Amino acid sequence: MSSTLLRTVPALRGALRAGAVVKPAAALASTSFVRGKATLPDLSYDYGALEPHISGKIMELHHKKHHQTYVSGLNSALEAIAEAESKGDFTKAASVAPLLNFHGGGHLNHSLFWENLAPASRDGGGEPDGALKKAITEDFGSFESFTKQMNTALAGIQGSGWAWLVKDKTSGTLGLVTRANQDPVAGSLAPLLGIDAWEHAYYLQYENRKAEYFQAIWNVINWKTVASRFEKA
Amino acid sequence: MELHHSKHHTAYVNNLNNALLSHATAMNAGDIAAQIALQPLIKFNGGGHINHALFWENLVPSDSPDAKTEAAPSLTDEIAKTWGSFDSFKKAYSAALLSIQGSGWGWLVKDQAGRLRIVTTKDQDPVVGGEVPIIGVDMWEHAYYLQYLNGKAAYVENIFHVINWKTAEKRFLGTHDDLFASLRAML
Ligand SMILES: [Fe+2]
Ligand SMILES: [Fe+2]
Repeated sequence: MSSTLLRTVPALRGALRAGAVVKPAAALASTSFVRGKATLPDLSYDYGALEPHISGKIMELHHKKHHQTYVSGLNSALEAIAEAESKGDFTKAASVAPLLNFHGGGHLNHSLFWENLAPASRDGGGEPDGALKKAITEDFGSFESFTKQMNTALAGIQGSGWAWLVKDKTSGTLGLVTRANQDPVAGSLAPLLGIDAWEHAYYLQYENRKAEYFQAIWNVINWKTVASRFEKA
Repeated sequence: MELHHSKHHTAYVNNLNNALLSHATAMNAGDIAAQIALQPLIKFNGGGHINHALFWENLVPSDSPDAKTEAAPSLTDEIAKTWGSFDSFKKAYSAALLSIQGSGWGWLVKDQAGRLRIVTTKDQDPVVGGEVPIIGVDMWEHAYYLQYLNGKAAYVENIFHVINWKTAEKRFLGTHDDLFASLRAML
């Protein structure tokens, strides 16, 4: 779990001062072992700003409801683990691992997703340039071939999941991977660009026509974010 | 319901037929690698087909007499024996449905020893371990999103009003072979 996504208590206080809507959970006061709480990140654009490619209704539900559920689930899982740990009940702590993976992954994936999207009128769409463009051309043949391969990967997901453009940190090579449900991209792979293929990401607008959603989303990909992740990885 | 049946279920049927056709071609050509590569597609689309076929049959309009648990006397007896009461069964089944991570199904099944169990399966994995699926509930987001949005607990609560207990009773009293014979006859 990236430490930037898990704000510490001082940061939480800062957020409260800044007027962010954060529940000053009673659990925080009563359980001394809870060191940090995950919080729902703000979006840098309005819910309707990705229209017509992704509707404002989808964005609002997706951020306010779905992502919030992962944030809450992650905090509950962390509390359950900390509580079990404090009692020396490691069996119990380990049994929470699937929930931690699911909600922690959901929080991480969505946080990355919002940032790698942008309104078409601002940084969204088009093609990458510079070193990222060169790497994509080298590893996928061309930008067109890359988007085609990513769309094929997205269409091939059986059930809920994500497709990612990743950088192999050991070799620097780019690749495409899919992940089931909310499994995060981890280990030697750095996530550069994620596309949510859960039905909640498109169903209200595209219904069962998910290929149309996978086409449309390229109009709102924030290549600046992807390039900066590529450089840092 | 219309989208779910005419679009989603149709897609599973078409993709299953395509995969089976490719599989037959690969088999004739003696291409084992291609046959193995087709297994996930066959499992996914075949499962999607079987699961939805079972699902439609175990649903019924709420004003039908078949939507009352009285239509399943032997099954509800066994449910009460297994979970203590119908309410505890409903609670356990709902909890199982809501705990599915991602897409999947929750089933009430009769295992090979005749005992009732609640099981969940991921994506379109079918129940094919010899158990008899008695009731299946689709927990893919497409099953409820247009009506319930992210409120899947309300979907689960309301699905209990449209369970076809007559079908459930028939499946409970029958065998695995009975069920799949009737599926074959229907498809
Ligand atoms: Fe999502
Ligand atoms: Fe379905």
